Amino acid sequence: MDQTIKPAPVRRSVRVSAPPERAFEVFTAGIGRWWPKTHHIGKSELDTLVIEPRAGGRWYERGVDGTECEVGKVLVWEPPSRLVLAWQLNPDWKFDPDLITEVEVQFIADGANATRVELEHRNLERMGERAEAMRQQIDSSGGWPGLLELFAQSASQERSAS
Amino acid sequence: MANANAVFAALSDPTRREIFERLQSGGRSVGEIARDFPISRPAVSQHLKMLKQAGLVGDRAEGTRRIYYIDPHGLAAVRKWLDQFWDVALAAYAAEVEGAEKES
Repeated sequence: MDQTIKPAPVRRSVRVSAPPERAFEVFTAGIGRWWPKTHHIGKSELDTLVIEPRAGGRWYERGVDGTECEVGKVLVWEPPSRLVLAWQLNPDWKFDPDLITEVEVQFIADGANATRVELEHRNLERMGERAEAMRQQIDSSGGWPGLLELFAQSASQERSAS
Repeated sequence: MANANAVFAALSDPTRREIFERLQSGGRSVGEIARDFPISRPAVSQHLKMLKQAGLVGDRAEGTRRIYYIDPHGLAAVRKWLDQFWDVALAAYAAEVEGAEKES
């Protein structure tokens, strides 16, 4: 019996008082204005986040010192209704071109001046598979601890911030 | 996030990780696991206890034996964290949309 453990995708939705065009624009062009500043991968403090407005575009963060760190790519660019981003951070919280977890965001008109934004972050099991592959490759302490340590740090930051 | 901390602690030990990985091919008893490792049964039991406390493995009685198996909810620590992350991020996003609407 060879069973793979697959965590269910993360699904979240939020309703905003704006038409889909506006909701899509704030999500993409305005991502630097709402993305939690506490969550960044570069060493430098986070300046902004950028999603290049096209399929195949980059999704990256820029630190206050000007360094850029890749988060992933734009897989689907269908304004104002649908966006699929690749979240390519490996278990050590670094960009990994071989790892693709997908974040799909749908913008569904809900009445005249409102939008339901539905987000799904899927393929999370690939993070675990990558962690295992890396562990076997380098035979070091591996990826899981690195990722989980970061989770723990981040969680305690959130706790102390709240 | 006690769960993620416990998962981190449990998987930081190489022997425990190996035991955990061994369970991926199916549930096993302490005796079966101990046969595959150069450590005593009490040591295996101790490792399983840590994995169980972290929510990574569960156990059930099967006749006179106790079978340990992987609990999929433990591995979902990643999911749980992302769940919380997207909660925070989408709340900030919604606030940004509403705020920008009021200004315009």
